[in-house]
Amino acid sequence: MRLDDIEQAMRAGHMGPARQAAIEQQIQVGRTFDAVDFVEVSQVHLMADTESLGESGVAYLESVAALPAEERRVRVPTVTDPRGIDLCAYRKLNQEERFAELERRTIAALESMGVLMTDTCINYQTILPPVHGEHLAFGDTGSTIYANSVCGARSNFEGGPAALAAALTGRVPRYGCHLDGGRRGTHLFEITERPQNLSDWGALGAVIGQRTGSYWTVPVIDGIGGSPTSDELKHFGAALASYGSVPLFHMAGVTPEAPDAASVFDGASPKPEVITRAELDAFYASFGRHEEHVDVVVFAAPQLSMVEMQEVARLLEGNRVHQGTALLIATSPENKSACDRLGITGTIEASGAVLLRGVCFYQMYARELGEANGWQRLLSNSAKLVNIISGYGYRPVLATTEECIEAAINGRM
Amino acid sequence: MGERQIKGHVGIGPLTSGIALVARDNFSARYDLDRLQGVFSRPAHALHGQSYVDKVLVLHTAKGGVATSWMLREMKSRGMAPAALLLNYANPIMAQGAAFAELAFMDRFEVDITEAIRTGDRVTVDPQAGLVIVA
Repeated sequence: MRLDDIEQAMRAGHMGPARQAAIEQQIQVGRTFDAVDFVEVSQVHLMADTESLGESGVAYLESVAALPAEERRVRVPTVTDPRGIDLCAYRKLNQEERFAELERRTIAALESMGVLMTDTCINYQTILPPVHGEHLAFGDTGSTIYANSVCGARSNFEGGPAALAAALTGRVPRYGCHLDGGRRGTHLFEITERPQNLSDWGALGAVIGQRTGSYWTVPVIDGIGGSPTSDELKHFGAALASYGSVPLFHMAGVTPEAPDAASVFDGASPKPEVITRAELDAFYASFGRHEEHVDVVVFAAPQLSMVEMQEVARLLEGNRVHQGTALLIATSPENKSACDRLGITGTIEASGAVLLRGVCFYQMYARELGEANGWQRLLSNSAKLVNIISGYGYRPVLATTEECIEAAINGRM
Repeated sequence: MGERQIKGHVGIGPLTSGIALVARDNFSARYDLDRLQGVFSRPAHALHGQSYVDKVLVLHTAKGGVATSWMLREMKSRGMAPAALLLNYANPIMAQGAAFAELAFMDRFEVDITEAIRTGDRVTVDPQAGLVIVA
């Protein structure tokens, strides 16, 4: 890879051991993906929940935090993905003190590096929305696919250590979504019926994700007919990225690089794969529909926007969550503060639901959480969450927002 | 059968040998594994219930989220990591995780790697040369 003066200085260790290790890692990754050089980034989104970090990851962060200020501070604005523990709610959820302690150590280390603890996966809605053409290092698949596709910004998936490396060096290897050629369409999907609600949008993302081959495919979606909302695209993109490991999609007439389907393909457009309502129904059916007790209902993955919070509160108003069922709702710290101010928190908590701040369900020790509370049958309106969570010992079902709230109140599907 | 060499793209990490565990399925540390027990825990995964510890794990492509890049090093620190990871197609997360964990990793082979290697084969992975040797 071609290195400029700053990159060579970092590699030689002149800017401290953390930046040296960071750029060495980045060079290895760049070489693997045939990057010719680096590109500077203007913002980093860092995924560093303690369940993923483990003791070894936390110790690594602390080793960076122990360096002199000029060697440990991030070089570009850096915000964080959700935490593994909500320090205000973990006791209520029977979570162990050792997890909270790991979280406190992580927060202290990241803060000393100058990281802004935003603790959100919807930073594109709530913190600093990406701009068309802006190069980024985003570290959550949902935030990356939204930034690339809806905003027209440019980021690969930068996992925790890679996003931290980008924060320390201020750049990333230039490959994949940073290049014009990596953003051209590879697959065409034609939608015959517009999704009706958020879980439908997630289901559509999942169905398309299951049909895309790998990270290097770029699905183009035609036939939507009018712009979806930010929350609809959020659920669609999060599910597409989760099922397909896809960092970018184009939606004809909606997203900025696709005024129409044909213009994002090199040469003739491929033959479209048609997605009908029947495919979405089959996806829902794949989780089963059992008339049985529901242990836990979860709204998360991605964290809820203000609009989603208001809708959940409206559906819950005047109702009580069933005593044998837990209802968890996760949003960002900024949205939580706004919900407190607007009375939304009061309505939700009066129902017996638990409002979680700055976390996401699958990142908060979901296996131990399920075991501590006896949770297996899980209901969610998030296609992403139901995809992830079966590996943690749950039996998930995808349902609409209204069905989820009804199940939380009745204790049954 | 004699020794076979399979070429792939230059990868990441040290020269490594081990016994192969192969499936034509995909890989995510968060979605698929019980990392405490060292087994595949996702019921729908082709390797469900099998131990991946110290194996040369051979799978089709990388799936799922970003967590794997922290998790590989964490698994390695507890002696519960695979010895190496070979994929037909990786995503950046796997490469970043391998670089952070100093774990042998390769992808993009001249053949379908999930067909060229069988479970139980003794495999040597040379990422810097972009070469896999099957004994």
